[in-house]
Amino acid sequence: MRQVFAVTLLLLGLSPSTRADELMMARISRPFPEAMNSLQEVIREHGYTVSRVQRVDVGLTSSGFQTAEYRVVFFGKPDEIHSLSDRYPELIPYLPLNIVIFAEGDDTLVLTTNPHKLADFFDKPALHAQFSQWEKDVRAIFDEIASRP
Amino acid sequence: MIRFSIQIFPQSVKRQSARTKLIDFDETVTSLLRIPPLLILALSAVLARADDPPTEGAQLYARNCSACHGSDGHGGVGVPLALPAFLSSVDDKYLRVTIRRGRPGRVMPTFSQLTDREVQSIVHHLRSWPGQAPPKPQSPTPIAGNTRHGKILFARNCAVCHGAQAEGGHGTGVTMSRPRNAPILAPALNNPGFLAAASDVMIKTTLVRGREGTPMRSFLKQGLKENDINDIVAYIRAFAHTTPPASAKVLDSETPTLVRESPYTLEETVEKVKTAVAAANMRLIRIQTLDQGFVPEGKEDHDQVIVYSCDFGFLNEALKVDPRVGLFLPCRVTVVKHGDKVLVMSVNPERLSRIFNNSELNDLCEKMQQVYENILDESVM
Repeated sequence: MRQVFAVTLLLLGLSPSTRADELMMARISRPFPEAMNSLQEVIREHGYTVSRVQRVDVGLTSSGFQTAEYRVVFFGKPDEIHSLSDRYPELIPYLPLNIVIFAEGDDTLVLTTNPHKLADFFDKPALHAQFSQWEKDVRAIFDEIASRP
Repeated sequence: MIRFSIQIFPQSVKRQSARTKLIDFDETVTSLLRIPPLLILALSAVLARADDPPTEGAQLYARNCSACHGSDGHGGVGVPLALPAFLSSVDDKYLRVTIRRGRPGRVMPTFSQLTDREVQSIVHHLRSWPGQAPPKPQSPTPIAGNTRHGKILFARNCAVCHGAQAEGGHGTGVTMSRPRNAPILAPALNNPGFLAAASDVMIKTTLVRGREGTPMRSFLKQGLKENDINDIVAYIRAFAHTTPPASAKVLDSETPTLVRESPYTLEETVEKVKTAVAAANMRLIRIQTLDQGFVPEGKEDHDQVIVYSCDFGFLNEALKVDPRVGLFLPCRVTVVKHGDKVLVMSVNPERLSRIFNNSELNDLCEKMQQVYENILDESVM
């Protein structure tokens, strides 16, 4: 049905619109170093493990960017990573979950793909509850770091 | 005597403040009789304002809009909204339709998940910002004009900022991907979302008055006559009857993952991926198992291997277009032993690109997809 809808839109010359909730974003009214600490702290408080923090700052300022404070935080729950990757190997390129965090002036932005979006990618009902749980958790993580004083 | 107590703060305020105060009803009446009528009016206005939806609107704005447009509306990844000249020149319908329909391919997504009441609350919040004239509903009546003449005038007066085909400025607003001295991104006037939201009257008003705080100047002051301005409005409106432009295109693809089956062992395949990455002029960053960082060292599952790499020139190019693309970073190819098969996989950048709703990423995503396809093909060759 979704394919029929997409084809119809293409025939009409229209691009399917992008829904705002496909990408989750939040603004943290704190400088990057503090926000970075909070993010990792809150992720852990929600029962996840931060497996790696990837720096993405090579050459950023020399290329004319305002900031070099840009990281990708990878996280997940070990048991989920193991069981999902065993049962659904096609899901592995999307694991572990990640959150991008970068400075914008005195504020910090965090963003990630809405995990529930994966339900569009992998139409397996057994996975939907997992994706929904991730969405709920990530939303709670974003709400919490955005509202911390 | 029966004594009543009333709360002078409404529920919405009570939630925010612990200063909820109880007063006696009879004392209140006596006190109110002593207060001049104008003061009562002012007091009731304050209470009414506190009871209005701004609190909800502010919360909704913070949750849905502030990440891009800034907590105070001064812009970021998204364009600045707290420009009195902008807010004074658009009616509530323009704001509502913009929130609902977004700008296809121009970063602003559609907020179809919000209820009508929530959308109105956000508009109400925007209207609480200072300096703007009270909004008036704008007539939907079309403005007649000569589109041919409008096209000539557009090319002469507007194209320098809005693009030859009214496709708008480049970038994503005023964030790290552009210099901070750029006050605003010139809007795409040919965008279906803009054309659905903007009335002819709104476009004309902007041309006549300009927008203080942006490079948009009054065309009347630049010497154009009202008929000329009508012609430009008619030309812009005509885009609504043409095929949506490439700048409104959002890539779509059915396949979320690119997959190849390798005829080699997992170890051999990883080596071939490394060679293919080098052949693609990408720098190898690291090779790790999927569960590295999740399990103690030495306990990793070596049947699930990730090869991370990066083309730094390409990365900087993509970040200039949209600072949010870090979600794709670093580039990665996954090699997995599943049963008796060895699979080589990557995400499909074309499938993911629509999440950003940024048509300027389309070429880059298509290019990245090709790079991934080449790496996967070479790895299993």
